[in-house]
Amino acid sequence: MVDMAVKASDISAESPRARTQRRNDLLFRGATLFFALLVLTLLGGVIISLIHGALPALKAFGFGFVTTEIWNPVTEKFGALAPIYGTLVTSAIAMLVGVPVSFGIAIFLTELCPAWAKRPIGIAVELLAGIPSIIYGIWGLFVFAPFLQRTVQPFLINTLGTIPGIGAWFKGPPYGIGVLTAGLILAIMILPFITSITRDVFETMPAMLRESAYGLGATTWEVVRDITIPYTRVGLVGGVMLGLGRALGETMAVTFVIGNSHRIASSLLAPGTTISAAIANEFTEAVGDTYTSSLIALGLVLFVITFIVLSLAKLMLVRMNRKAGT
Amino acid sequence: MAITDTSPPGTNFAMGRYKRRKIGNTITMGLAVGAAVFGLLWLVWILAVLLINGISAINLGLFTQMTPPPGSTGGLLNAIFGSIVMTVLGMVIGTPIGIMAGTYMAEYGKGTKLAEVTRFINDILLSAPSIIVGLFIYTIVVVPMGHFSAWAGSISLAVLVIPVVVRTTEDMLNLVPGSLREAAAALGAPRWKVIVQVTYRAARSGIMTGVLLAVARISGETAPLLFTALNNQFWSVNMNAPMANLPVTIFQFALSPYEDWQRLAWGGSLLITVAILALNIGARMLASIGTKKGQ
Repeated sequence: MVDMAVKASDISAESPRARTQRRNDLLFRGATLFFALLVLTLLGGVIISLIHGALPALKAFGFGFVTTEIWNPVTEKFGALAPIYGTLVTSAIAMLVGVPVSFGIAIFLTELCPAWAKRPIGIAVELLAGIPSIIYGIWGLFVFAPFLQRTVQPFLINTLGTIPGIGAWFKGPPYGIGVLTAGLILAIMILPFITSITRDVFETMPAMLRESAYGLGATTWEVVRDITIPYTRVGLVGGVMLGLGRALGETMAVTFVIGNSHRIASSLLAPGTTISAAIANEFTEAVGDTYTSSLIALGLVLFVITFIVLSLAKLMLVRMNRKAGT
Repeated sequence: MAITDTSPPGTNFAMGRYKRRKIGNTITMGLAVGAAVFGLLWLVWILAVLLINGISAINLGLFTQMTPPPGSTGGLLNAIFGSIVMTVLGMVIGTPIGIMAGTYMAEYGKGTKLAEVTRFINDILLSAPSIIVGLFIYTIVVVPMGHFSAWAGSISLAVLVIPVVVRTTEDMLNLVPGSLREAAAALGAPRWKVIVQVTYRAARSGIMTGVLLAVARISGETAPLLFTALNNQFWSVNMNAPMANLPVTIFQFALSPYEDWQRLAWGGSLLITVAILALNIGARMLASIGTKKGQ
């Protein structure tokens, strides 16, 4: 290409103008390289600053930090189990509800939707992804939580709540706000993400494969189940994990509706907390180094979890794209 | 179907299977349509609630008065101003960094290990929880400065801008055909001139789309501002002091027991959503103009 190797003898023969250009070239290249490295150090900086900030708490509580439930700012005893539990449970609910619905929408968009409606619906789903989480939060607090409290939760308590075993998840008074509400709002938030990735992944499949299956007389569902999904499996898992990463780290929508209680309740209807909600709620009010440091340690735990999930998601999507490329 | 009609009576079994397959297909496809309706229902519900509550809160005072103490009327002027200032500053800091880094990955480092690692890290940053970014800026900016500030808020927004811009810049530069670069190089243009005057120009609308998307992304972000810019009940133009901003104001006002504050929170929510939807639609239109021109 342009930056061919230049011999020393050539440089001496260069005009001053060519030399300036060569210098500019080096400068520009250096500048772009510098900023690329800056992006790399950004992530390194995040990790180092979190570890540095979390160190006092980790020293004070050791590994017990992630296995104890106590969260007492007065006695300065902190354990992250309740927020970790809340984060995992709300995300699990979000995935259970959100993934099948997202797949349904993606199947609708790729296989069933009339051509004229494809674009508008696709755009509407993507716009849903653009709505900031605080809007979901305020809607959840004033509209969705009261709605659940009046209708869905009493119903759950009276039906599922009476079943021995899983009934424990649906016992207690209908607060409206709580773990279940937070999980459902997360489900709505990750819908557009997973849908748009799933649709993109579905579209990487060669049309010939699908058409051959139809030609053999397969129904739409059979094409999706036996051709599309097996072919795009890796990409689908990647998209789901990207949605999971989103759900794990989501802050504002959850903070509004989870109730912020550092207690692990057996019922999903009870208030709880998540890592990000605890940080958002308590950080500015935290007095004392141990308290602040414990909250940063919570952030570190969240970062480690999301880092693992996102890395796996990325690796799977890369594998998928490689397959699509060949 | 015609084939099954003419088949001998012995194929009743095959007929049953055909029916089963048809029914299975109808059920699952019905579920898929149901899922699409279900998904759109939320969009409609959220937007309808937002419009109904938001419009009743929007009046001239919203744009001309400061955030009030509880119990009295007021507006969101200081919060709107603060949000605009910090968003603009975040973009000013983050955009050049993102474009330069994306340029390296697409132009110089293409196919190298460094570019690949940077792309991976950048994608992680792109989806990393924004509250983590808030904690990061808190430790490296707020703690050394000793106080919350609008600078810290702008920097944390810039950190969110960078990965969006890097990603789109790289993607868009990769779409520029190599023959354009080669033609420019053949005319004797040095590499940096090729990039700045030819490739950037060819990818301009795509890069602009990325920038608009980044604005849309940060203008609704709350979590990274909570403990960097904090919030401010009053008018402030001091970048070294806490600054009011819409998202955190909405958060505080919505969770307050005062009805006036809650109404302002709805008004602010509508403002943010309209702004973000407009940016998203604008970005989409820009992108489609870009691709049309390219064809």
